[in-house]
Amino acid sequence: MKSLRFALRSFGRELRSGEVLVLLAAVALAVAALTAVGFLTDRIGKAVARQANEVLAADLRLRSQEPIPASWSEMAQGYGLQTAETTTFPSVVFAGDLSALATIKAVSDTYPLRGNVRIAEQLFGEQITVEHTPAQGEVWADGALLARVNADIGDRLLVGNLELEVTAVLTYRPDQSMGFASLAPSLLMNIDDIPASGLIIEGSRVGYALLVAGNEDAVNEFDATIQPELPDAVRSSNREESSERAYRAADRAQRFLSLTAIIALLLSAVAVAMSARRFAHRRMDTVALMKSLGATQGFVIAVSIVQLVLLGILGVAVGSAVGFAAEKTLTMVLADLIASDLPPVGPMPVVLASGSALVLLVGFALPSLIQLRNTPPLRVLRHDAMPPAPSRILVAGLSLAAVAALLYRSVGDAQMLVILLGGIIVIAAALYMVGRALVATMGRFRSGVGVAWRYGLANVARRGRDSAVQVVAFGLGLTVLLLLTIVRTDLLDGWRQTLDENAPNHFMINIQPQERESVADIYRSAGVEPPEFMPLVRARMSTINGISVKDREYPDPGGRWMANREANLSYAARLSSSNEILEGEWWPEDYDGPPLISVEEEAAVETGLVLGDTLVFNVAGREVEATIASIRKINWDSFQPNFFMVFSPGALDGMPTTYISSLRLAPEERPVLVDLVRKHPSISVIDLDAILQQVRGIVQKASLAVQAVFVFTLAAGIAVLFAAVQSTIDERRFESAMLRALGARKRIVFSGVMAEFAALGAAAGVLASAGASILAAIVAVRLFELPYEFNPWLWIAGVGAGIFVVCISGYIAARSAVNAAPVDVLRAA
Amino acid sequence: MENQSTASAAVLAVHGISKEVSSPEGTLTILDDVSFEVRAGESVAIVGPSGAGKSTLLALLAGLDLPTCGHVVLNGANLSSLDEDGRAIVRAEHVGFVFQSFHLVPSLNALENVMLPLELAGGEDARKASGDIINKVGLSDRWSHYPAQLSGGEKQRVAIARAFATEPAVLFADEPTGNLDSRTGANIMELMFDLNRSSSTTLVLVTHDLSLAERCDRVISLDGGKLVSDTKSAA
Repeated sequence: MKSLRFALRSFGRELRSGEVLVLLAAVALAVAALTAVGFLTDRIGKAVARQANEVLAADLRLRSQEPIPASWSEMAQGYGLQTAETTTFPSVVFAGDLSALATIKAVSDTYPLRGNVRIAEQLFGEQITVEHTPAQGEVWADGALLARVNADIGDRLLVGNLELEVTAVLTYRPDQSMGFASLAPSLLMNIDDIPASGLIIEGSRVGYALLVAGNEDAVNEFDATIQPELPDAVRSSNREESSERAYRAADRAQRFLSLTAIIALLLSAVAVAMSARRFAHRRMDTVALMKSLGATQGFVIAVSIVQLVLLGILGVAVGSAVGFAAEKTLTMVLADLIASDLPPVGPMPVVLASGSALVLLVGFALPSLIQLRNTPPLRVLRHDAMPPAPSRILVAGLSLAAVAALLYRSVGDAQMLVILLGGIIVIAAALYMVGRALVATMGRFRSGVGVAWRYGLANVARRGRDSAVQVVAFGLGLTVLLLLTIVRTDLLDGWRQTLDENAPNHFMINIQPQERESVADIYRSAGVEPPEFMPLVRARMSTINGISVKDREYPDPGGRWMANREANLSYAARLSSSNEILEGEWWPEDYDGPPLISVEEEAAVETGLVLGDTLVFNVAGREVEATIASIRKINWDSFQPNFFMVFSPGALDGMPTTYISSLRLAPEERPVLVDLVRKHPSISVIDLDAILQQVRGIVQKASLAVQAVFVFTLAAGIAVLFAAVQSTIDERRFESAMLRALGARKRIVFSGVMAEFAALGAAAGVLASAGASILAAIVAVRLFELPYEFNPWLWIAGVGAGIFVVCISGYIAARSAVNAAPVDVLRAA
Repeated sequence: MENQSTASAAVLAVHGISKEVSSPEGTLTILDDVSFEVRAGESVAIVGPSGAGKSTLLALLAGLDLPTCGHVVLNGANLSSLDEDGRAIVRAEHVGFVFQSFHLVPSLNALENVMLPLELAGGEDARKASGDIINKVGLSDRWSHYPAQLSGGEKQRVAIARAFATEPAVLFADEPTGNLDSRTGANIMELMFDLNRSSSTTLVLVTHDLSLAERCDRVISLDGGKLVSDTKSAA
């Protein structure tokens, strides 16, 4: 009680005198930066995920071969979720004498729940986004379908028993499959027309789907509740071949956001650590005095802890006010970026940021403060009497545990955590050793330089351990800042480049072998380089290592689906440029031995396939047996046609084969497609521009978010450097007063201070450049699967920034020390 | 030299204390078998050249440090038998300090510095008591100033006010005028002796200013860590 009262009173006084301001500022800044970053990553992360979910047209999709029970949709609505229903099946549609196979998609009027349907008012015309679905009695048809039956807007199509009017050209629906299962062009119609059409009879191949969307937690809850009730045939969908690209982009965007959040956290940690160190150091004299006046150890600890708590509370209050204001401002400034229909984030980022800052404060400040209880009271008579240094294991352990716990919470990604934390520890250790070495060698140079440099270098050497700690703080701050710069520029550029403007934007599927020459000719005559054709053979897997795919156990439910579905096989002599062999070997180009197969990595993992496994496929009644010779990774960003299963040449000879192809068409070249589908009505052309736009949208959002976060982390970084300089300000004030009292001009004293900081900044800059390059390379390759090239400019920037930034913060911090009237300083001592 | 005064009258009893420290050159003996007693209300000056062990003796007397052998009894408590907290409690109840370098807390103003020991002792009316004593040391118009805004003499007045605020049994002063010019120093000592008389505090003063020492009841001289004389002053 006594200590509480005393602590409260003395905290108020220290606050008034400005004693605790540096630590308070560090805590407040940490809270503000983490709040803003947390807010941004939450908003943008959700916006990105939502964009990726567009390929489902929902947040969750339940698909079944049987009609979806009404109870499921009622249950979803019970969770406050929106629902929509779709029924999809192939059917022939007629226009006059002409007919064509279409993929009929009948939808309820709430469709789609995510993304939008786009239509055009003429073939290959300008697209417009619509918020509604075809009314009863109307259909929207794919341009290719209209071309095949030679129909146009306003014509009537016979669909089953119904005559429906074409009111628009369907150019895009969010869930249009990029896979090759739906060969036929789409026809969108109203689900209420289905019963009258008489199209669905016993034995029809119909896919029923329930789409669900809404509040993230509610969706997850609903998913968890319904999962156990789903029959085997029902697939609750998150990803599939077709949406792989969008998901990968979203996943990578999330990683970028996590990484920047981590960097903000690390910088805050360094800032809090540095100012906590100063705070504890400054309290030493006061504690010695209190003990000489009769304060017990318990009292000293109690007071320290209460003060730390008060400091934390105040810092959090100030920081969250700033953070909250930042959040509001960001919402306004980034209105386009942050989907306004997302539920408000509420106080969560502030709460989490405050918690993080408090954990950092406790982790970094508590060991030193507790150690203060051992300050010998003798220090009042002999200033060299110091408390024993706090146990390094305790300090390092507690602070590392604090940082690791926070990182894990914000990343939830053990791999990234290990890479970053490990990297930071190694860099910190290297910085400390170089700091010590610098201290040891600096002293030797000082006889050969002018008075300012001699004083500066002597300072570095004399401060010994302090200098080394400063090098660590400067260096770590710079390392994370440089790393962030690399992430912001090089990595994001690398990602953008994988989505280069020349990526194919059209797929053609269902090309018959004999049509290849004619298709190539059509392109040539339009002045377009004809594309490469890749074989596609439809098959079903029957056994894996002699066990039926129906009876086999799978490590992942996705594996069961993958093994049991109709598969698209291909064969190739050469490995596609967008593929990379992870295990095993690709066959020689002239290979003609027993059939071999190369399996995509994730398909192999989900299905539990390894090198040497034997797969049997059934192709139109014939069996093909092949041994797995390699596992491949596919770069989905390439937008090249890719296959989970690729056979060695010759293995599928004589099987019914069609071809697929992809190419890039400029907008003015698109009319060639009209010609193509009229001459080859069975070929389906899929426009990839929509999904490309979706992926580019995600990349753009992620880039903007990373840049916005950069601003906040930069502020935290500068605070680190400032705190590092502040931690020696008392000594500097005294020294400069003394030097000036001895007749040194201000300029000399300043030059000395600058010399010291330049030396520290250069050392920190070199190490930070090295550390950031290595970390960035690991992060790029391991986490983002992006190539990384070492950038020499980084080194120049690192060392330059080291010297410049450290000198500037040194100047700002030391200015008051140098400018203070010597008499005041010496008198106060 | 052995003083046979009664235990109740001896507020401070020093029994054969020595202090040794280890250094690169081997063990250094800073104090060597020093014994004496101080009675309540007495004023004692400890004098000697630099390095004689004066400050070390003061630290041992106040329990800021422990002797290598021998023991100190302060107001009936054997300091060597107490742990650090026990010694702190003894100081809180019975000891006041005035230091050569003042040791004011820079973040506290003059009044708050005086309140500090009262608050540490859990005193209820620290502010009022401190205000009274600030007035006594003549700083009634400077109480809200921070140490950096005070002159050396003013700082030492604050330190003296702080030392007397708890009405200690023993006041230890370590070169209280060492950082002051002679005139200010004389004023400060005048103040200290006045307060000492009016509150009948025992005063133990470390100094190398012999004229100052002569104003005390007794002068104990140290040289090379040994007690070389213990004389009643003429005053």
